[in-house]
Amino acid sequence: MNYPDYNSCILEMQGINKSFPGVTALDNVWLKLYRGEIQALIGENGAGKSTLMNILAGIFRYDKGHIILKGKPVEIKNEFHAQQLGIAMVHQELNNFPDMTVAENIFAGREPSNWGILSRYKMNDLVQKILNDFHLDIDPKRLMRKLSISEMQLVEIAKAASCNADILIMDEPTSAISMRDAEFLFKILNSLKERGVSVIYISHKMDEVFRISDSITILRDGKLISTSRASETNYDELIKKMVGREPKELFPLRSVVPGVTVLNINHLSRGKAFKDISLYLRKGEVLGLAGLVGSGRTEIVESIFGFPPAEQGIIEVMGKQVEITSPRKAIGNGIALVPEDRKLSGLHLLASVLFNITLPTLQAFARKSGIIKQRKEKSSAVQISQQLNVRTNNLKQAVENLSGGNQQKIVIAKWLLAQPRILLLDEPTRGIDIGAKSEIYQLMNKLTEKGISILMVSSEMNELMGMCDRIIALRSGQISKEFNHSEFDQEKILAAIMP
Amino acid sequence: MRNQAFQFLSRYGILIAFMMLIIVMSVLSPAFLKFTNVMNILRQTSINGIVAVGMTFVIILAGIDLSVGSVLALAAVVAASFAHPGEYPVFVPILAGLFTGSLCGFINGLIIAKRRIAPFIVTLGMMTIARGAALVYTNGRPVIELSDSYNKIGGKYVLSIPIPVIIFIIVVFIGSFLLSKTVFGRHVYATGGNKTAAELSGIITSRVIILGYSIAGFLAGLAGIVLSSRVMSGSPSTGQGYELDAIAAVVIGGTRLTGGVGTIFGTIIGALIIGVMNNGLDLLNVSSYLQQIVKGLIILLAVMIDRKK
Repeated sequence: MNYPDYNSCILEMQGINKSFPGVTALDNVWLKLYRGEIQALIGENGAGKSTLMNILAGIFRYDKGHIILKGKPVEIKNEFHAQQLGIAMVHQELNNFPDMTVAENIFAGREPSNWGILSRYKMNDLVQKILNDFHLDIDPKRLMRKLSISEMQLVEIAKAASCNADILIMDEPTSAISMRDAEFLFKILNSLKERGVSVIYISHKMDEVFRISDSITILRDGKLISTSRASETNYDELIKKMVGREPKELFPLRSVVPGVTVLNINHLSRGKAFKDISLYLRKGEVLGLAGLVGSGRTEIVESIFGFPPAEQGIIEVMGKQVEITSPRKAIGNGIALVPEDRKLSGLHLLASVLFNITLPTLQAFARKSGIIKQRKEKSSAVQISQQLNVRTNNLKQAVENLSGGNQQKIVIAKWLLAQPRILLLDEPTRGIDIGAKSEIYQLMNKLTEKGISILMVSSEMNELMGMCDRIIALRSGQISKEFNHSEFDQEKILAAIMP
Repeated sequence: MRNQAFQFLSRYGILIAFMMLIIVMSVLSPAFLKFTNVMNILRQTSINGIVAVGMTFVIILAGIDLSVGSVLALAAVVAASFAHPGEYPVFVPILAGLFTGSLCGFINGLIIAKRRIAPFIVTLGMMTIARGAALVYTNGRPVIELSDSYNKIGGKYVLSIPIPVIIFIIVVFIGSFLLSKTVFGRHVYATGGNKTAAELSGIITSRVIILGYSIAGFLAGLAGIVLSSRVMSGSPSTGQGYELDAIAAVVIGGTRLTGGVGTIFGTIIGALIIGVMNNGLDLLNVSSYLQQIVKGLIILLAVMIDRKK
């Protein structure tokens, strides 16, 4: 049998709708998957790829629509049910048990046993066979935590494949693994395909998508844009469809002429995270850091903020050398950081909007004795949240219940009250809807007009190219190339960040 | 409308439960609402209440302090040892007791913040150490023959109100003020709610943590002074299990064990519920064995209501 078999449709998702509080994640999405087909699912961050796949894997429930599996309508109740139906998913984040062995991980939840007594011998034996099948040279008895990230990812894939799944979902499997191991993964995928397994493959890497997929489905802002055979489309067409609009529609016109240098960094290094980073940032400028996960982009801005401080190198603010050993020192030097993950490191989710907005600047609203002047605090918070158009009816509302876009505005608002000179933005628009994105871009523009300088990390190339005056490309912790605005070219920048 | 009712219930649920408890008790026992009995309840609650205020700080910080009962005993014997008649003026034993408690708390906080060891473990260690220190210091015997002026702290009244109750009220007022009106209070909530976000906001969380545990130790010391003065002796074996009563009061009061959320007001209601239960069940001649079961059920019920939110 030659796969994919376009006469045998294994899965149909029909008119899927899903919303989260404040966001429509999926809007009438249709998807068809054939036996032995490798289908790539692509789109920008927040386009709804992971949501759609999480629905298929039984993790999220959908609001509307139908799922037809092998010709029969099904309602997928939970992850376990999805597995029983032959759907397995490899998640972007690794969900393993680090203190259990490879074999125990692969058989977690379905351990072979005799009368309830674990049969370790049988388990190791079965796992050895599975690993041999995929030509993986990993000892089933090794502890998971002793494996490299790549190996862990491969074990997860082996686990999913060993469930005898008909449909295997992979959410950016190569984002954390090396080129060599990616090759390995592609081999595994092809051998699965030969057995008639269908694969849905979420990826941001275009070259990869063209190499292994039979068809390509594009989502944008929760809507299905197109599904086409890989052989019948091309790179430019895909990018255009993914982005969906000319950059200038979304991004404000930049008119600020950068002034004097406000931040100057010389030979900054920290352990394995980044090495010998030198860069400068001028008044009113937006400077972008482009790079893959693990390229050191986040670590660099964190170290500029003193969290943790760099080990070597010099940081100058306004021409004066400064010692930034803690966030407090950074704040004292007029630096602010909007971190990558607002829930994990930006907000106290159970506390109120007011609480979060004034947290870094409380001293300014307090008497010497430490007593907060609550009226003054409130009026400042009201003012800044109106200025940023934070949509909440009550400043006492818990941040937890707001949409991602509004949460992000709160993280930015709390730093604007500190009146920073230098704003470090790490993925400022991750996971927020297009409207809020646009608002944040407008805001960035306004801030630079007021003389604030912005250093932005982003994994969205169009965002970097749309907002930045210059872009610095990072590759494995080092600067690989710098691009002036006139030199912006998606392919050249991508080439500079790819390992 | 239904939503509003639910919000009202979840915010004031514990208060409503407390009111209902009082109504039920006063119907069942005519002696319950008499002035002397009310003062009795307040005085009995004051020791646990003072300790629980400190525990509230620590639990909002996403921590726990298992050592408060032992620290209370250590502070009690140290204070009492300076309180013999004719030796020192009364402020010396008081300062000695407060210092002892604060020092234990400070050490707890220092190890937790700087060495990043789980609060459960650190304070478990301190619990044993402080108890042992109290026994070593006294050779296992209670410190007796305390001066009259020292004994007044726990035994006297001002305007018919027992001094322990007055101390309790002052502690509640100051604790509540610190948490809700000061920069430090905000930093406590921020550190407990999201430590990374707090640090990225420029808060030196280790300082907040050390201060929080020091407050818990200080208040355990204060409770030790009040208790030893009330019973006119400093016993090294006193205060056993007090940490659990304090944690119960905090949890009944709606403070989350995972940190970041909670109020002194809730804790006080929690402590009062426990106090009223003990007193009421005594008045009704319920056996002390049965009382433990009832107390346990109340704690479980309170937490289950809290999770519903």
